[in-house]
Amino acid sequence: MTVHFLDTRGQRCPQPIINLAKFVLTIDENDSVEIVSSDPAAEFDIPAWARLKGRACSAPRSSRDGISPPSSNSFEVWFTVGPR
Amino acid sequence: MSSNQEPLAAHNQSGRAQRVNLDAGGNARLTTLGRTAYLQALDDGWADHRRLHHEGRRARALYDGAREAVASVLGARTDEVFFAPSPTAAFHAVIPALLAGHKRKGNLVVASRIERAAVLNALEFSNATEHLVTVDERGFVDPDGFSAAVAQPGVAFAALQQANHEVATLQPLDHAREACTKAGVPLLVDATASLTHVAPPTGLWDALIASPADWGGGQGVGVLALKSRARARRVWPEDQDAWFPGGASLPAIFAAAVTLQEAESLRKERAQLHTELIDSIRRAAALLPDTEVLGDPFNRLPHMCTFSCLYVDSEALMAQFDALGFAVGSGSACTSASLEPSHVLAAMGVLTHGNVRVTLDWDVTREQVARFVQVLPQAVAQVRGEMGVTGL
Repeated sequence: MTVHFLDTRGQRCPQPIINLAKFVLTIDENDSVEIVSSDPAAEFDIPAWARLKGRACSAPRSSRDGISPPSSNSFEVWFTVGPR
Repeated sequence: MSSNQEPLAAHNQSGRAQRVNLDAGGNARLTTLGRTAYLQALDDGWADHRRLHHEGRRARALYDGAREAVASVLGARTDEVFFAPSPTAAFHAVIPALLAGHKRKGNLVVASRIERAAVLNALEFSNATEHLVTVDERGFVDPDGFSAAVAQPGVAFAALQQANHEVATLQPLDHAREACTKAGVPLLVDATASLTHVAPPTGLWDALIASPADWGGGQGVGVLALKSRARARRVWPEDQDAWFPGGASLPAIFAAAVTLQEAESLRKERAQLHTELIDSIRRAAALLPDTEVLGDPFNRLPHMCTFSCLYVDSEALMAQFDALGFAVGSGSACTSASLEPSHVLAAMGVLTHGNVRVTLDWDVTREQVARFVQVLPQAVAQVRGEMGVTGL
């Protein structure tokens, strides 16, 4: 049960979701993915994707730990997507 | 497309591709009767209807007739109907005026999270304190949340759409009206997506806004109905046209009124056909891989449906349909100038990308929808293929 990291910052809708879908094909079925995006649509599309794919999804966080400020001044949203 | 496939776009006898308007929300084709009315008003009503000479009075007769016709459909008094240059202008006028009229009560405004941008923008511009009530995944506003919100102290007014303009969901307007009456709060009803498609919300509004371009009346005019009992204070200079200074185009007003009566008289038979046609599109969309059909299948506008396709760029999908002869709409961020996703889809918690909105025009045929249903799977598959996202 590994937690992988996927950085989609700088990518625009729907590229973060495409890359997330491609990424989960390459990992073990029990693994999770921590994903970060700078696209405002990702805040809604990542949980919606997880729901459609029957995967667990955390609440959105504004930084990696949800406490410290994001690594840049621009918008960031972080999720942890669980296995199916 | 390989050569052994039939061409997907239909052609008429002259070989020109037939265009099908499936983006009719606030964008319906002007009806034949509407065009006749518009031209008649250009000929007979070219004069300024506020002037007292013969020419002015002829224009005035058309203007008064238009007000009367709209009032009778809405269940309003003739002097409660006003014409704006657009529905957006109507929202931008009535919202600050309702706030100013209830200033002593407070500046809290209750609305759903999925009202039109024109409503939300006007609230923000007017420095209203917004209480935006949540909606569920099908777009229904939380009825208990709405009732509790309007019962708070300091509510100036409430705003609720009869139906959502992106996902077609019909709101519990009866319930909202009851809650507002109980709390003594006036209700602004946005009927821009719903009027002529479902029964008019007679008796349920204190203020109402409608969009003639939605029923085939043409662009360039909006309707505001305001109960004479409603407390509204205009926050702009005096004018003979008190609500919309300078007035709106008389031919557009006259065409709007004539087509409203026309559409109302045909409402039931059209709604029956549209319900059946949209059901067929919803069924076809539900069969597409990784696609979510949005809104409620039953409690909805008859002529509209929306679905979102995973991994698809809406702009590419719209271009694909456009090339096949179909104009469709979208609520996705990728298709708008801003990168912000549709606040409607976001509030519902559904996919905001790959969004396609189909809104049937008044002249739609079974054959046109059958052709759309036929090309739909291949159009989506082709865009997915080009984007390299097949099989994800």
